[in-house]
Amino acid sequence: MEYFIQGEKNKWEVILGLEVHAQISSKSKLFSVAPTSWGGEPNSQVDLVDCGMPGALPVINEYCVEQAVLTGLSLNAEINKMSVFDRKNYFYPDLPQGYQISQFDYPIVGKGFIFIESEGKQKKIGITRLHLEQDAGKSLHDQDIKNSYIDLNRSGCALMEIVSEPDMRSPSDAAEYVKKLRSILKYVGSCDGNMEKGNLRADVNVSVRPFGENMGTRCEIKNVNSIKFIQQAIEYEAKRQVEILEKGQSITQETRLFDPNKIETRSMRGKEESHDYRYFPDPDLPPLMIESNTIEELKKKLPELPDKKKIRFMEELNLNEYDAEILSNDKETANFFEKIVHKRDPKFVTSWITGELFSYLKKIDKTIIESKVTTEKLGNFIDLIMDGTISNRQAKEVFEDYIRSKESAKDFIKKKGLVQVSDESEINNFISKVLQENPKMVDEYNKGKDRLFGFFIGQVMKLSKGKANPTVVNKILKEKLKKI
Amino acid sequence: MSIDNSTVKKVALLARIEILQNEEKILISELNNILGWVDDLKKVDTENIEPMLSVFNESMFMRKDDPKSNFTSEEILKNAPENSSGFFVVPKVIE
Amino acid sequence: MTDYSSLTIQSAISGLRKKDFTSVELTKFFIEKIQKNNELNCFITKTFEIALKKAAESDERILKNSNRQLEGIPIGMKDLFCTNGVKTTAGSKILENFVPFYESTVSKNLWDSGAVMLGKTNMDEFAMGSANTTSFFGNVLNPLKPKSDKNKRLVPGGSSGGSASAVASGLCLAATGSDTGGSIRQPASFCGLVGLKPTYGRCSRFGMIAFASSLDQAGPITKSVEDAALMLQCMASSDEKDSTSSKKKIPNFLDFKKFNLKGKKIGIPKEYSIKGLNENIEKVWKNGTEWFKSEGAEIVEISLPYTEFALPTYYIIAPAEASANLARYDGIRYGFRSNEPNINSLYSKTRAIGFGKEVKRRLMIGTYVLSAGYYDAYYLKALKVRKLISNDFEKAFKSCDLILTPTTPNVAFPIGEKQTDPIEMYLNDVLTVPASLAGLPAISVSAGFNNEMLPIGLQVIGKPFDEISVLAAGSLIERFREF
Ligand SMILES: [Mg+2]
Ligand SMILES: [Zn+2]
Repeated sequence: MEYFIQGEKNKWEVILGLEVHAQISSKSKLFSVAPTSWGGEPNSQVDLVDCGMPGALPVINEYCVEQAVLTGLSLNAEINKMSVFDRKNYFYPDLPQGYQISQFDYPIVGKGFIFIESEGKQKKIGITRLHLEQDAGKSLHDQDIKNSYIDLNRSGCALMEIVSEPDMRSPSDAAEYVKKLRSILKYVGSCDGNMEKGNLRADVNVSVRPFGENMGTRCEIKNVNSIKFIQQAIEYEAKRQVEILEKGQSITQETRLFDPNKIETRSMRGKEESHDYRYFPDPDLPPLMIESNTIEELKKKLPELPDKKKIRFMEELNLNEYDAEILSNDKETANFFEKIVHKRDPKFVTSWITGELFSYLKKIDKTIIESKVTTEKLGNFIDLIMDGTISNRQAKEVFEDYIRSKESAKDFIKKKGLVQVSDESEINNFISKVLQENPKMVDEYNKGKDRLFGFFIGQVMKLSKGKANPTVVNKILKEKLKKI
Repeated sequence: MSIDNSTVKKVALLARIEILQNEEKILISELNNILGWVDDLKKVDTENIEPMLSVFNESMFMRKDDPKSNFTSEEILKNAPENSSGFFVVPKVIE
Repeated sequence: MTDYSSLTIQSAISGLRKKDFTSVELTKFFIEKIQKNNELNCFITKTFEIALKKAAESDERILKNSNRQLEGIPIGMKDLFCTNGVKTTAGSKILENFVPFYESTVSKNLWDSGAVMLGKTNMDEFAMGSANTTSFFGNVLNPLKPKSDKNKRLVPGGSSGGSASAVASGLCLAATGSDTGGSIRQPASFCGLVGLKPTYGRCSRFGMIAFASSLDQAGPITKSVEDAALMLQCMASSDEKDSTSSKKKIPNFLDFKKFNLKGKKIGIPKEYSIKGLNENIEKVWKNGTEWFKSEGAEIVEISLPYTEFALPTYYIIAPAEASANLARYDGIRYGFRSNEPNINSLYSKTRAIGFGKEVKRRLMIGTYVLSAGYYDAYYLKALKVRKLISNDFEKAFKSCDLILTPTTPNVAFPIGEKQTDPIEMYLNDVLTVPASLAGLPAISVSAGFNNEMLPIGLQVIGKPFDEISVLAAGSLIERFREF
């Protein structure tokens, strides 16, 4: 079903394009050697360019260029062998040079595309361009009644601005697009995708139109930093536009801000007035030339990306599409899965990861890496289930305890007394006892009440405190009942 | 093309330079003189001419990604007209 | 005290080596002379203590025979070069109290060669001017006076006017300058000196306060061509801190002495016989061509057809770049701040008070030509004409090796003249700007006088990175001139 906004008069289509700012995971800044690490004392990670000192000059970071190219390749995009850095001029206290070094007419990466799964369909979303630019510093407005405080630690950090075509049509599309983009960036390693730290943030362009009509005037919602907020912002903004248009008024093109507390967008008063960025080529930086063989070398470095990995999981490991999708979209999960599935049964491993492990991670609200669960820890446990040392049922019961414990799988199970009894003579004893204690039932079973088989199993399990290996119990019980 | 009152005001706002009332008139005439003079360029046929961004035609040196802390925050803040607890301080910026 | 005023770097080096005098003696002499000549206003900041300390260190090195190329040579440093721990103003109120905590590459190279800094020389504000009349720290006077009126004070030229005046009046052995459209060559010409603007990219721009980044280039102002070669040798470097610094090998510039001009073709551009070219200058230019002929060089007439458009092109490109380069002077992180209750008035008052008239004029022009609706008509157009001007030179250098022209259309003029109309001031640079737009090396060497005994410079323009030929030609002028 297509997403739309039902107005009083019309059904409205929502047109969305995103500009995602992704901070490159470099150790030093785009044009200066200052470190980019998180959480330093204010203004302690600042070089001359980052605070716009007189005579400061930009010198480009090779790693950032490579990451932009790699990212471009992963977005199926053209890499421009010549690109140009421009100055985008405006005054703001956290913009120390009085301009941002960005790319305007000649970005490093041109047109590309990615696929997303949204509303039950696969959709192709066009990428318009990717360009490199400097981040600004940080203004703190709440420290003091009269003043704002400026920290330039983030000033000059490398950003990739990834601009999409207006190809999205619903909040879900936008959310899936950002998720997919983040997934790809993390695979490539060019950005850690951390939205909370602001390392990935989106400007959302929203416009609405009656189905089949021409593009409406758009508004840009700046700097939305969570997927939930992106969806909420779009929903609010699209409705707002519909209401205005249905009243017969028109939309003013403007920059808006999303307020996550009030769940609404509002105009950024004043800041937009007479904006004229006066872009011109930065005379401090010659054109950026990238050799064909550099691109070829980088192509070789490109890892297997989520779409391909998903198909391989389906084809080689026989996973269903749903499992293959959730195991491939996050790089860390995929790595974890691939390591653990090696020489083990894919179906069984998959069910343990997507079942027990995922619900545990959700409960503790951590990623696999953060949780510190190792493939060894989980793998050894799975092996003990597979070889019958512990029953699947019991394994599920103690999984959390085991993961939190520091013991090896074997020690843990031993200590807990969970080792499954598979010894036939021992099981034979349990069965004999159960049959002896329930002569009536045996009688009825023999008269044809087959369903009682389950009752005997249950009794045996109870007697063995759940330790009896169900397969063995099954086998011996069948034999014994036959004999009677 | 000639500059009038409102253009001067717009340009002054973009350049963040306050122009006093009594300076405006003379500035307008000076700017118009200069622009009239550079207008000479219109006579030049530049069809099919590539703009010259720089005379520098060597490849750009690219730095390795080695972070260095060349300066302390004390040095960075040393020349600041106003600073407090490690920050540059400006009058409140309203968003 | 012995008078060291007339020493060149070369003669001072040999004096120091022969122990005729020490660097401390030299330095003390210049310190005293600077103090006696305060009225020239050559220095914004005097660094006498540093100078004496460095001179003493140099003397020790000389004793140990471990002297470097400019060991113990007292020089002036244009106040456009950031010097660690020493106030650097670019001649502007907005940087009145700015003390860098880093060193420009050019100044660092000079200190590493043993040069001794006497102080930071006065200059037009942000290097915007051709008479040294736009400095916040006051006008610089030319030490030379017209023969007929010894009370008349002349401009030293600009923007490196403090440097030129200081060298001409014997306050230091040499000085650094920076040349965006003629700011080394024109004051050298007005003060009877040698001024060398190297090829764009030869000297690092790191730590040099930017005026127009695609044009700015550091260079020396000296008393002799040999001194210019020596200074350039120490100033130039391939610098990884400047993305427009050339990686080309730096030659031994003193090899100019071995360079033979016999059979070389000297181009005389007909377009440089501009209207308003002073007739004395025209005559000196003629003499110059004769000197080259007598040395066995061939004189060829060449054409640089787009010359007349160079100045308007320059006065679009340079202010446009400046409008962005000077945006950082906003009263927030350093420099002058006008305290205001809100940020926008802080910006506009700070910049209105902190910048002088000429700077503001150029920032307005630069902002205008980049703004929406005017970019194509002005800025982009200028970039295209710049290409044509550069093509002119490229073509010309197919039929000649060097180009000989006058440096300026006029000699040094009295302070206060050409002040009312900015364009009249801009015309000073008409003969120097084309080579700047093309990024070419060019030298100005004093070649003669007018009837008021005011110096006239000839300019030699060379092919990119061919400073050696340019120096050789300059040296020829030096040998043939009649003084
Ligand atoms: Mg944007
Ligand atoms: Zn951006």
